[in-house]
Amino acid sequence: MTFWDWKFTFEILPLLASAALVTLEATLIGFVIAAVLGLAFAIGRMFGPTWLAIPLAGLIEFIRSTPLLIQIFFIYFVFPEFGVTIEAMTAGVLALGLHYATYCSEVYRAGLANVPRGQWEASIALNMTGFHTFRDVIIPQAIPPVVPALGNYLVALFKDTPLLSAIAVLELMQTAKIIGSDNFRYTEPITLVGVIFLLFSLVAAALVRMVEAWVRRRVLHA
Amino acid sequence: MVRFDGVTKSYGSLVVLDKLDLDIARGEKVAIIGPSGSGKTTVLRMLMTLERINGGVIFVDGEPLTSMERGGKLVPADARHLRRMRGKIGMVFQHFNLFPHMSALRNCMEAPCTVLGLSRAEAETRGRELLSMVGLGDKLDHYPSQLSGGQQQRVAIARALAMRPKVMLFDEVTSALDPELVGEVLSVIRKLGAEFDLTMLMVTHQMGFAKEFADRVCFFHGGRICEEGPPEKIFGAPENERTRQFLRAVLEAT
Repeated sequence: MTFWDWKFTFEILPLLASAALVTLEATLIGFVIAAVLGLAFAIGRMFGPTWLAIPLAGLIEFIRSTPLLIQIFFIYFVFPEFGVTIEAMTAGVLALGLHYATYCSEVYRAGLANVPRGQWEASIALNMTGFHTFRDVIIPQAIPPVVPALGNYLVALFKDTPLLSAIAVLELMQTAKIIGSDNFRYTEPITLVGVIFLLFSLVAAALVRMVEAWVRRRVLHA
Repeated sequence: MVRFDGVTKSYGSLVVLDKLDLDIARGEKVAIIGPSGSGKTTVLRMLMTLERINGGVIFVDGEPLTSMERGGKLVPADARHLRRMRGKIGMVFQHFNLFPHMSALRNCMEAPCTVLGLSRAEAETRGRELLSMVGLGDKLDHYPSQLSGGQQQRVAIARALAMRPKVMLFDEVTSALDPELVGEVLSVIRKLGAEFDLTMLMVTHQMGFAKEFADRVCFFHGGRICEEGPPEKIFGAPENERTRQFLRAVLEAT
């Protein structure tokens, strides 16, 4: 038995490739949830009425201070006790999105706080509604500076997707584990998963840098 | 047009404005001068509802600004009343406060579209007209970062005018400008005075401009109007010792 079997490697590659799609799907949907919900969290916490801001701050701190794995288990195994049964992939993506939404909300908070007060005052002087002020003035200025930080969380979220294997979502890690136990060979599948993650991370980092540059050019005019 | 009736503003124990009474007629141009910390800017900021008042009432166009009548009593204004009243007032800031992510033209179109409900085409026509009026007809697509301070301030004036206010507030609009750019902004304000039917209230350190442009000059000191009158009187024959001191100090500096 050789240490590395190339024939086996090529046999399992298609399986891992389709599992990679599941990982990508979880990453993208999870991050969309994180990015949108995170902004809502940040705005609610900073500008919402007290009855919303305080519980929201508590919820954010709670989610940030407990492990993602426990949250995944909680949504998948405990929610059904309350009559909410969620399919594994959905539960996993929800947990990922919710967990990272709390991190993103802190990033947005910094971005929102950095918009100069004069921008709010100009919006009031122009008689704009709160909604239009946020949509057209504040948010477009708050987000571009925090794109790099959001990009980091995209990569971090991506690297946390193997946790979904704990609730048997057929993403990369789970697929590799199954291949390993079926064939009694773990070297190739686990190594391949590592390589695939590395490649995707590098591509994602490059994409984030491109988006950053684009934002600086098109939105900030700097 | 604008009336301050016993208006008081304080931050904790620091009284910024002390029972201010000030009556400004329609179309009148009032210059507010005075040392820093005398409450000049606060007058404008309260009128723009950027600052809450602690006592008294401000009337704009005969209606209370931050309160409204309900069942014969004055109650704090609701959002609708505030927005209706704000619509009568425009403000130009010391630091321009242009929207940096919008072109000059978009800066002038944003509020007319979202607040007044103008179509894009209407707002664009209005924006183009106003920007050429302030001499920036060739800079429509420039972003604030690509414009000089004087040009940015002229865009800010056009942006405020696009909302068709009845009262315009100018808060030290030339203080942040390099000296050679002050003239272009003042000449735009002069033009507004001649061409528009506007009530203007300006806080300024440009004594020469106040003298030539204003119908009335108010000298603020310690949160109250120390002396007021036509510019000839304030600058020519001030009665109050504090006014004299202030003007002497300003003249020495220039």
